Amino acid sequence: MADATDQGPVTMLATPIRLDFEFTPGVAQSKFLRGLERGEFLGQRCGACGKVYVPSRGTCPTDGVPTTEDVLLGNSGTVTTYCVVNVPFAGQSIEIPYICAQILLDGANLSFMGLIQEIPTQEIRMGMRVEAVWVDESDLIPSLASVKYFRPNGEPDADYDTYKEYL
Amino acid sequence: MSAAGRTVRPVSVASFAQSQNVRKDSERNEAESLHPVIAEVFGNIGITKDDVDFICSGSTDYLIGGPFSFVMALDAVGVWPPRAESHVEMDGAWALYEAWVLLQEGEIDAALVYSFGRSSLGDLNEILTLQLDPYYEAPLWPDIVSLSALQARALIDSGKATEADFAAVASRSRRDALSNPKAQVRNDVSPEMLLQDDYVVAPLRRHALPPITDGAAAIVLAAGEKALQWSKRPVWITGFDHRIETHSLGARDLTSSPSTSKAAQMAGVADGNVDIAEIHAPFAHQELIVKAALGLDDSVVINPSGGPLAANPLMSAGLIRIGEAASRIRAGQADRAVAHATSGPCLQQNLVCVLEGE
Repeated sequence: MADATDQGPVTMLATPIRLDFEFTPGVAQSKFLRGLERGEFLGQRCGACGKVYVPSRGTCPTDGVPTTEDVLLGNSGTVTTYCVVNVPFAGQSIEIPYICAQILLDGANLSFMGLIQEIPTQEIRMGMRVEAVWVDESDLIPSLASVKYFRPNGEPDADYDTYKEYL
Repeated sequence: MSAAGRTVRPVSVASFAQSQNVRKDSERNEAESLHPVIAEVFGNIGITKDDVDFICSGSTDYLIGGPFSFVMALDAVGVWPPRAESHVEMDGAWALYEAWVLLQEGEIDAALVYSFGRSSLGDLNEILTLQLDPYYEAPLWPDIVSLSALQARALIDSGKATEADFAAVASRSRRDALSNPKAQVRNDVSPEMLLQDDYVVAPLRRHALPPITDGAAAIVLAAGEKALQWSKRPVWITGFDHRIETHSLGARDLTSSPSTSKAAQMAGVADGNVDIAEIHAPFAHQELIVKAALGLDDSVVINPSGGPLAANPLMSAGLIRIGEAASRIRAGQADRAVAHATSGPCLQQNLVCVLEGE
């Protein structure tokens, strides 16, 4: 007969934790975020290797020197790689299927992630030329949320050699 | 064969740099605040990142509230071509220990060690609660000041110290900090005046608490030819050990520090005269406990830099103790010094480093 006090092992214990933090983007990323607020992409060049980072975190991760030269980048870029998202998940705000791509902005040496819209998903391809579509001017904020998405800009596909270093 | 904790291969603290210690740096991110420190620690001895074989850092994501902050911080160093790198979720003093072990093994000849921490981004009292046992202690949210006050109360009740002793430690620390331009809290206030402070958590008054500090620090370690090339007067690590006690506060005698005593014994603190000691005791009463555990008498100059009561950048304050002690020796102000670092609540884990000038 089982001991009345033996209710078996405890298998779960909830200990809620919440911590609040301030975020400090830093000098360089603040410039990038202020650029978004104006509807433009601002990068920084490394004085040692010449690479342009967007967003810049203030130092060149290759050379370990401060990136001090601000560089205004174009509104267009090239899709270096992509995926088509077909899987629903908690918190998803975009209707599936949609395209998530790495985009190399003209004049930059670092690609970053963006949403591609205004194109059937089966037409996305590496080398596609795209441009940023911004929110209305009155809605611009210091956040990547100011970029609604990227869409094809109508130019012919970029030559593979122009982006093969960034895959 | 040397005993554990004693040096097999001589390793020198070749260079040391620290940031200005401030209450809050709201301009720069981690890499931006760390970069000038890295540049200075290399620049002091005219070397570059290509001259070190290994990089080890100490930091914690709990301070920034974001994952893998130590990877982002590597931007301050520049890691191309690919580098041998490691990280400890500990004060940089423990990162230095890891690099020292690798140097002992003879696989490398030089290492960069750095640490960074910005205590201003969250509620430090809450953050430090999460280092406690997660099932029975942390859910009660006992903050670090209250836990330290329990320890201070036990120390008073044991008859080993008084509140006036705490005030004397705080007064001396901040007066000594007047000669340390990197320190955060620098003033000349008598212990009698300090005893008029209000209690924060009795028996700890405001002066017995460390400041909240944003800061970073870096050290270059070297062995063999590089140690001799990079220093006119090499500062050698002659003993190094660290020990930990149980996480259960109720199982410990909080008025003593057996882990410090054991580490001091293994590192050979008593093997020679100690000129100065840099003690990482964030709360004033803890200096008294550590000093006793290290076996130091009143002839030893304690924390000439002002110590952690004058600047307490979390994750760096221990590494800074080693750097400050080495700097005194290099400057000819001391021949043999002891540096101490602590981690965990109420001096749970302790590290002891013995340094000697050539």
